[in-house]
Amino acid sequence: MADIALPVSAVETAARREARIAWLLASPAIVLMLVFIVLPTIAVIVLGFTDFELGYGSFRFVGLENYADLISDRTFRRSLWNTTVYTAIVTPISIVLGLGIALLIESEPRGRNFFRTVYFLPVASLLVAMATVWQYLFHPSIGPLNTFLALFGIAGPNWLGASSTVLYGLSIIGIWQSVGFNMVLFMAGLTAIPRELYSAAEVDGAQSAIDRFRLVTWPMLGPTTLFVTTISVINSVKVFETVKTLTEGGPNKASEMLLFTIYQEGFVYLKVGYASAMTVVFLAILVVLMILQYRFLDRQVHYT
Amino acid sequence: MSVFGLRDIRKSFAGNAILKGVSLEAEAGEFIALVGPSGCGKSTLLRIAAGLDHADSGEIRIGGREVSQLRAADRNVAMVFQSYALYPHLTAGQNIAVPLAMRRLSSAQRLPFIGPMLPGQRRICADIQKQVAATAASLKIDHLLDRKPGQMSGGQRQRVALARAMVRDPGVFLMDEPLSNLDANLRVHARGEIVELHRRAGVPTLYVTHDQSEALSMADRVAVMIGGNLLQIAAPQTIYDDPDHVEVARFIGQPRINLLSTIRDARGMVQFGTLRLASSTSREGAANVTLGIRPEFVQLRAEGQGTLAARVERLEFLGSEVIVFARLSAIGDTVLAKVTPAEARGLVAGQAIGLDLDPSRIMLFAEDGHRLPSTPVSAAVRETVHG
Amino acid sequence: MTQPLTLGRVFRLALLSLGALIFLAPYIFMISTAGKDQSEIFSASLSLIPQHFAYMANFTKALTRVSMPNLLLNGVIVCGLILVLQVVVAVPCAYAMAKLKFGAARILMAAVMLGLLVPIHAAALPLYVAFDKLALLNSYTALVAPFSISVFGIFLFLQFFRAMPDDLIHAARLDGMSEAGIVARVIVPNAWPAVTAFAIFSVVAHWNDLFWPLIVVTNQSYATPPLGVLFFLAAEAGDDYGALMAATLIITLPLVIAFLLAQKRFVEGITMTGLKG
Repeated sequence: MADIALPVSAVETAARREARIAWLLASPAIVLMLVFIVLPTIAVIVLGFTDFELGYGSFRFVGLENYADLISDRTFRRSLWNTTVYTAIVTPISIVLGLGIALLIESEPRGRNFFRTVYFLPVASLLVAMATVWQYLFHPSIGPLNTFLALFGIAGPNWLGASSTVLYGLSIIGIWQSVGFNMVLFMAGLTAIPRELYSAAEVDGAQSAIDRFRLVTWPMLGPTTLFVTTISVINSVKVFETVKTLTEGGPNKASEMLLFTIYQEGFVYLKVGYASAMTVVFLAILVVLMILQYRFLDRQVHYT
Repeated sequence: MSVFGLRDIRKSFAGNAILKGVSLEAEAGEFIALVGPSGCGKSTLLRIAAGLDHADSGEIRIGGREVSQLRAADRNVAMVFQSYALYPHLTAGQNIAVPLAMRRLSSAQRLPFIGPMLPGQRRICADIQKQVAATAASLKIDHLLDRKPGQMSGGQRQRVALARAMVRDPGVFLMDEPLSNLDANLRVHARGEIVELHRRAGVPTLYVTHDQSEALSMADRVAVMIGGNLLQIAAPQTIYDDPDHVEVARFIGQPRINLLSTIRDARGMVQFGTLRLASSTSREGAANVTLGIRPEFVQLRAEGQGTLAARVERLEFLGSEVIVFARLSAIGDTVLAKVTPAEARGLVAGQAIGLDLDPSRIMLFAEDGHRLPSTPVSAAVRETVHG
Repeated sequence: MTQPLTLGRVFRLALLSLGALIFLAPYIFMISTAGKDQSEIFSASLSLIPQHFAYMANFTKALTRVSMPNLLLNGVIVCGLILVLQVVVAVPCAYAMAKLKFGAARILMAAVMLGLLVPIHAAALPLYVAFDKLALLNSYTALVAPFSISVFGIFLFLQFFRAMPDDLIHAARLDGMSEAGIVARVIVPNAWPAVTAFAIFSVVAHWNDLFWPLIVVTNQSYATPPLGVLFFLAAEAGDDYGALMAATLIITLPLVIAFLLAQKRFVEGITMTGLKG
């Protein structure tokens, strides 16, 4: 018995030792994950059912009252709608531009590095700071953009100051800031396409660049495009910096957006319970987006 | 007139000459294997023939047409790629249909949704489907038509790639190492299949490979390309037995040929050990020459016998034969002899032996690598020369 | 290799150049306007070269109204601390998940995947309440602590480590290294590409973050660069765009210079982290 038991227990000890070391190595991450991600997320869901306000000692559970209020809250509905419009403008344009620029740069041997640097520069710049530059560019009377338009006799709008144009103004900044990011992702996707596929397409009779794009480039970019789309949508939904810096949700709530509204309710008016309910909605949107991505990924673009 | 021809193709990249004036002709139904070490320019030549690269100068004729100014799509070539280059988002059937659809359907007819509504589109599509099915049947891949490349094995993918090339009537088949991604067993099997398909199609084929056994076993003629030059193009047997150039001799043959440097005297005589050869040449004077002999024509003798004295370095047992590595006592070069296991019985490393070289199988190469005609000089003849 | 300049190429180059000009326009006007005085700015001319160079005046204003060195220093401290903590926490965890067998690995993996979904914005409210209760608002702790754990970092390193051959670790064990020694001396040096990529991603993200610093910092002495811009905007009631552009220039410059110096690594880093995320 002893002969047999010895090796078994040796294996067991080794396995136990390995598990112990693994726990040790992972424990800081596990503890921090609990403290800064899991517990706060649970807390935010719980707080969403309370009327907790910072500064008041007590709070009580109010059930779904916060959510009922959200549905009738005109600011929140405005905020959701604006975020949707902003996302619907920024995402497709920044994807198409990113892809277009990536294709142009890839097909042009000259100046590849230069152009890549230029288009990527906004990604590496401090957005809040660059937003103030855009504020100047958009200035209704002294801004270069309207001065430029005036050369052609066009009276430029009060971009960030009028409720009819403020979303477009913010969208332009959003597009300017995200095209470079999409571009480098598409460039990485393009270089991953095997050259032989283009050769095959040529031999098979795909003469024009459009034919080759349809036969090879577009389908092969499927996973990249899906990924870029998801990340663009998520980043658009998370727009905050430009709103806070330039418009504070104004004029007349015309640029009220989801994260700004949460910030306003939770951290300025300190209505933590109510803002938590908004946060849950925000989280739900993110979860739905991710589920959509995985669905697509499973069905559409799985080649290998 | 040949149905496929390349004339004086030259190409350089960044000042490096990759192709130094390559010419090649293929008759109808001929299978030509283009073989050479990696980096010799064979793939570049193939891509130039396909129209995927452009030569600096030279002519390309396919089906009697000069095509060097035409784009790949207009040359009517079919190509099988090393990686097969199947479109991963299309099924096997759709992959095979691509070359037909690209040629027969207008770009409007190929549009999704709108295409099927245009006149004639349905009829052409049905026609294409029929042709795809026929080709698939001839390659026995009908059952794979609905699968995507990711769901197929390497061998199946290779067949689909062949089908895509065969589905239309190309002026020439170009194949770029189509078997190199298959495992060894499948590769030997696929060789026979490609030759068979080629025979049925009757289309001239240019087959690029770095594997000499593939080239020798499959081709009607083998073209050996080394360093951007086509050194010899001939039937496999000729390439092996009668190479025009020392590089061809060196590249073809496994184990590789024995090459020994020696001197030709002013009268055109070459002496190696007690062996003498006459090399009829117009060139005067003494020169360095290389003597070549394949290992199977080197015979083992007992110590003290044979034309050359040697010592066994090591033995490689290969099953049906044994390769004997023997160091020549006189000059220290190692000579390989391919012998039967029976002949090698009892040999041990370090043992002194004698070697005979079959005089009729000895080849002479000049310093520039070109073959020199030579005849063995028998002992009797030697006497008269001396006398 | 020079290709002939075809019509198509000329068109492509023109298109790319026009686009580049539009993308650079904000930078061009920033540099130009930082050198203009008030009256020239209000004349609304499109000329890029200032008439009287007011760079000195504008930069002096920018530097005196808000303490720029302090802002940049805070940015460096906060980003540096966050990065070091993230790497120190994430690398061992990712190593354990990728190469060691233990019961919690699968649950941990699920937690990481879920964690990728939760941005700081979602956890901000409870964390804010907690920091408020602990009287930790307006401190480096508040700025850094929530980011000490990066699930994205764990995820990225995990993928990188999985691709590393097991034999490397087996060899290190045979050579008598402890598990901690393996992480420090075998894993980290070989994970350098992933660490640099992650570093660039992390620094760009946290250097630019406005949301969290805005919540926990009201005291100027703990302000990070984006907050500094907001303070500057608030202090500048009028439209002193000259000084504002000068301030913007100073505050944008460090990261832009870092990007220009190491742009290949930047693009690689962002691409790698982007595609893995």
